[in-house]
Amino acid sequence: MELIINGNRKYVEPEYNTVSKLLESLSLGQKTVIVEHNQQILQKEEHPHIALADKDILEIVHFVGGG
Amino acid sequence: MNVNTTNIEQQPEQQNRYSRQERFAPLGQKGQQHLAEATVLIVGAGALGSSSAETLVRAGVGKVIIADRDYVEWSNLQRQQLFTEQDAQERMPKAIAAQRRLQQINSEVDIQAHIADVTADEMKDLAKGVDLIMDATDNFETRLMINDISQKYNIPWIYGGCVGSYGITFTIIPGVTPCLQCLMESAPLGGDTCDTSGIIPPAVQMVVAHQCTEAIKLLSGNVDQLRGTLLSFDLWNNEQVSIKMSSARKPHCPSCGSEPTYPYLTKAGQSKTEVLCGRDTVQIRPAQKVTVDLQETAQRLAKLEEHQVSVTPFLVSMTMQSGQRLVIFRDGRVMVHGTKDIAEARTLYHRYFG
Repeated sequence: MELIINGNRKYVEPEYNTVSKLLESLSLGQKTVIVEHNQQILQKEEHPHIALADKDILEIVHFVGGG
Repeated sequence: MNVNTTNIEQQPEQQNRYSRQERFAPLGQKGQQHLAEATVLIVGAGALGSSSAETLVRAGVGKVIIADRDYVEWSNLQRQQLFTEQDAQERMPKAIAAQRRLQQINSEVDIQAHIADVTADEMKDLAKGVDLIMDATDNFETRLMINDISQKYNIPWIYGGCVGSYGITFTIIPGVTPCLQCLMESAPLGGDTCDTSGIIPPAVQMVVAHQCTEAIKLLSGNVDQLRGTLLSFDLWNNEQVSIKMSSARKPHCPSCGSEPTYPYLTKAGQSKTEVLCGRDTVQIRPAQKVTVDLQETAQRLAKLEEHQVSVTPFLVSMTMQSGQRLVIFRDGRVMVHGTKDIAEARTLYHRYFG
């Protein structure tokens, strides 16, 4: 399926069909993230339950500590 | 010949110092006057701290307080813009090296330097009378401490972080925006750091550009112009994200909720450090219960070719070129072997474990 992630179109294998699985595939599964799905900010507990569909728009921000 | 010719007080052109800022209509002379009356605390004098401090001192902020526990090393010079080769050679404390350079740049600004591994009590003292706290630290434990100080004493602060080509920033205004605790819930441990994943200078500059623009808006009385979004970017992958966070405030947040406990200002909320008697070792225990993925940690550290890394089912050990050795256990405890200096041990801890 095609997702729009951080403004860029990306083809994602259909098996990554939840927010949690998508984050794993992006190596962000272990990180502290904020996810906006179709303009809705998600709670972390919701990540495994939010199903992704073709053309969904995601904004993903992860926290980094460097400075 | 007038012996005072080198005294810049005598030069009438000095009055033009801030003319280009004053010509910027939203600031004007009034905004500049507000800046001159402001006090900013900058926590950390590494890459973000050097750059923020230079921008704010050049901009004419009245008083700048800088706190840092570290000294200048050669690997800092690529991005930490206030420091010189001589500072690295002399292992000059960053707070002092920064103060000296900044005072050369702008002698009108009151610049105070503190060489300290800032604890909650010290942070309370440093933050007294401060209008804004600029985050330039390298770890979340200190950031969450700043976050609690900010909420307790009603001082805005501006989070900034960067690693690789990626950066992130958010402006926290008590009573208005969510706080860092609302957004993160707990401090991440074992993330990428500049020492494990590298950093390119433009990522630093981009974070600081956003942080300082917000600072200037805030200090000059242009609060309505604040961005209001969590902003991140990846300069290498050409991405930028800006998410409106107004709905993310948590009513029961322990830092900014209706019944705050300010967990990071209590002893229990701070990592515990102890020198192990007779062993030339400092042990650091994380504030929160964590479970470290040892394989992932070993893989991340093994990318650093200059160090030797080994992993057992119980721990990861990394021997550094300096001869010092870091050992991390599954419960997040870290032993820093080869030092009795707590500040040095904490520097190494945050360098490799975030």
